[in-house]
Amino acid sequence: MIVIIDYNAGNLTSVKRALDYIGATSLITSDFKKILDADRVIFPGVGAAGKAISDLKSNRLDLALKEVFESGKPVLGICLGTQIILESSQENNTRCLSLVKGDVLKFPDDLRDTEGRKLKVPHMGWNSIKLKRPHPLFDGVPEDSEFYFVHSYYPAPSSPDNILGETLYGIRFTSVLSSGNLVAVQFHPEKSGRPGLKILENFYRWSGKKNVE
Amino acid sequence: MLSKRIIPCLDVKDGRLTKGVKFKGNVDIGDPVETAYQYYLHGADEIVFYDITASSEGRDIMIETVKNVAEKIFIPFSVGGGIKTVEEMRRVLLAGAEKISVNSAAVQNPEIISQGADAFGSQCIVLGMDVKKVPVSEKIPSGYEVVINGGRKYMGIDALNWAKRCEGLGAGEICLNSIDADGTKEGYELELNRLISSNVNIPVIASGGAGTPEHIYQVLDDDRADAALIASMTHFNEYTIKEIKEYLSGRGIKVRMNW
Repeated sequence: MIVIIDYNAGNLTSVKRALDYIGATSLITSDFKKILDADRVIFPGVGAAGKAISDLKSNRLDLALKEVFESGKPVLGICLGTQIILESSQENNTRCLSLVKGDVLKFPDDLRDTEGRKLKVPHMGWNSIKLKRPHPLFDGVPEDSEFYFVHSYYPAPSSPDNILGETLYGIRFTSVLSSGNLVAVQFHPEKSGRPGLKILENFYRWSGKKNVE
Repeated sequence: MLSKRIIPCLDVKDGRLTKGVKFKGNVDIGDPVETAYQYYLHGADEIVFYDITASSEGRDIMIETVKNVAEKIFIPFSVGGGIKTVEEMRRVLLAGAEKISVNSAAVQNPEIISQGADAFGSQCIVLGMDVKKVPVSEKIPSGYEVVINGGRKYMGIDALNWAKRCEGLGAGEICLNSIDADGTKEGYELELNRLISSNVNIPVIASGGAGTPEHIYQVLDDDRADAALIASMTHFNEYTIKEIKEYLSGRGIKVRMNW
């Protein structure tokens, strides 16, 4: 059973629908015990960091997530869920969960592409990912796949060890983080067509270890 | 780098497509769910549903359609047409749409944009704008005026000022439809797209006038628009999305080629 943590952060049903489609049983819940009992956990989110953290804490879901992470069960962060596992976010100057070292930064105001053209923020639409190393979650995902992004802030982990994949949008930013049994993506796998579904399928089968056994 | 998006637009009435859409190797299809699914499989980057139903029964059917679409397509899709309140937005989003497009409702009540953005985030709120070219005047300094009712009613609002105002209110994207170009198949209104796109910091989807891949190239080149809305070009087999994307890619426009 995959548990999708419910903390009022956006439309969680789209993640559930994608899991239904690939045949993975899932449950959307904010129940502490059910989260701890899950085989694996998805931590999604859309919205602002400040409100997300206060909603999480008001239900003690920050503690539930930490406990799941420390237990070694597979955890997948998506979008805002990915950002708030870091130490702090420039969005609303928020103190975050500190599961991974690093911060969440705003895209610079004068963001330009390699040819000097001004880029809009939010970064919205399809973009690619350059993986630093193979990972079971990306098994069978073609290298030139693109994924659907919508965000104005980006994760900046302190240690290169936590950078699994990078994306170019004026700057090169971390679009996939990993830390042991945790993988966190800035894009929306549930809205990214077949490559996104493949990642969810891989997560459904993943043991939480770095290599496929 | 970010890809430019190709977005088919489907007009729906009472749960059926208003014009049949025909794909190579398939019979004529009037089912919006199956049609959206085919577009999803064949490389659309996003899909727009425009609901022209007037009745409340029709609206319930649309919610069912949205739910059925959301069960089998896993790219973003938006729903527009007649949505006037935050409650109506919520219903459509919970049914599985990624975005809501507001057009006349925003002209009549601009607050709907900020209310929607506050409730669901700017990324959910698309401003639909129908625009006609008019003589430059004190009231319409850009020479483009906002119209509603398919271009029959002039609103006395300057298109550029309106786009900026709605960006300020929290619109996350603009779908910019030129009434003059719409249906001509002679190309997008390039000047209009350049004007709006270079003056707002949110993505602009060009709409109205697409007849050939060259037209799409013209509007996506040089950042006149971030995405192109298409309808009849692909609905009747003239071109496939793949053919359009191969053409664009060959001319140096970055598009998503693997799906």
